[in-house]
Amino acid sequence: MDNKRRKFLKIAGASVLAGIGAPAVIKLTAATPALASGHGEAPAHAPAPDAHGGHAEEAPQGVRLGMVIDLRKMNENPEMLDSAIAACIAAHNIPEFPDKKNEVKWIWKAPFENVFTDHSASHSAAKVKNFPSVALCNHCDDPPCVRACPTQATFRLEKNGIVAMDFHRCIGCRFCMAACPYGARSFNWQDPRPYIKKYNKEFPSRMKGVVEKCNFCGERLALGQEPACVEACKGTGAIVFGDLNDAKSEIRAVLDKEFTIQRKPTLGTKPSVFYIV
Amino acid sequence: MYNKGTIIPGLILFVLFVTFPIWFNGLTTAGDLPKPELPPGGEKQCVMPADYMRANHMQLLNEWRDNVLRDGDREILEINGKKYPKGLQMACMTCHSQKEKFCDSCHTYAAVDPYCWDCHLTPNEAGSKEAMH
Repeated sequence: MDNKRRKFLKIAGASVLAGIGAPAVIKLTAATPALASGHGEAPAHAPAPDAHGGHAEEAPQGVRLGMVIDLRKMNENPEMLDSAIAACIAAHNIPEFPDKKNEVKWIWKAPFENVFTDHSASHSAAKVKNFPSVALCNHCDDPPCVRACPTQATFRLEKNGIVAMDFHRCIGCRFCMAACPYGARSFNWQDPRPYIKKYNKEFPSRMKGVVEKCNFCGERLALGQEPACVEACKGTGAIVFGDLNDAKSEIRAVLDKEFTIQRKPTLGTKPSVFYIV
Repeated sequence: MYNKGTIIPGLILFVLFVTFPIWFNGLTTAGDLPKPELPPGGEKQCVMPADYMRANHMQLLNEWRDNVLRDGDREILEINGKKYPKGLQMACMTCHSQKEKFCDSCHTYAAVDPYCWDCHLTPNEAGSKEAMH
């Protein structure tokens, strides 16, 4: 009996070793001819390794939509912020639940120290301390929510940099909510329909069990309109919206001129919403 | 034949039982084909021929969804001078304004319960909350 087992273990060990070793042997033998042929037709294959090495630090190209929010102007005129939020609610059929724990928010007010947790809030000016800041989805260059989403219901539109959601695909797992460092996503804990004050016929509502967020008014941009919140503050320059990669755009002019901060820049998500404080 | 009295009624019962769905449908109203009501206002034209729409409207809607949301292609279709933005609410429901008389008539018949209406508003629903605010 013992003898048999010993024999078995020997054979098993040998075959495992052979199994591990085989791919390496194949690789070694296969690599030589591949290298040889690669040298033969070098011009055709040469750019490939360069392209691989080069993309690491590449800045995003093409249209990249962003927003600059001037908190000073919001500060001077508090109604403007309310009207911007109301415009968003009306444009996207956002329910207004009486219970704050069910709140669905696309653009919302929060205390300065909650919005800018990276910044010191000690001895801040009274106007900063007492006035609510605006928060919304940052439409990050490297959005953690997109990585976390198992169904690709949330994704980044390469053509303009919007982090969009396909509500049809959302399974309500809320991984994106856990991943988003800005709390910019809301879950529908109950049917939102009874809490929508006025329906916008052009935009669907959502259903119970779906996560939602700001979409930078993708549906309005397609019609050549500005986002609803931007339109609500029109003429005041409190919110400037545009292409961050276009050197001639209004938003770039503002960014070149003013000192701006971003929310939690240290996380490396590269937010495209900037604030003038 | 032995047990004639049991076997023949048994066979008759068996045949009746097996053919139940066929004659039950014929005798009751379950067999009536739905008659969806065409859009009010005499609209005769759609984005595709009626036959195609009858068979493939769900595929078309899925394509539109992917075009609009995932590819950002919101190109407005123009068919015989009429413009159709891609969308259930924005295109379909503007003509087929009576979901209950059009969509539901077939969906109920076929026992299909599409969840489109969980999010997309029917003109009735959109109208019900328009007066408020």
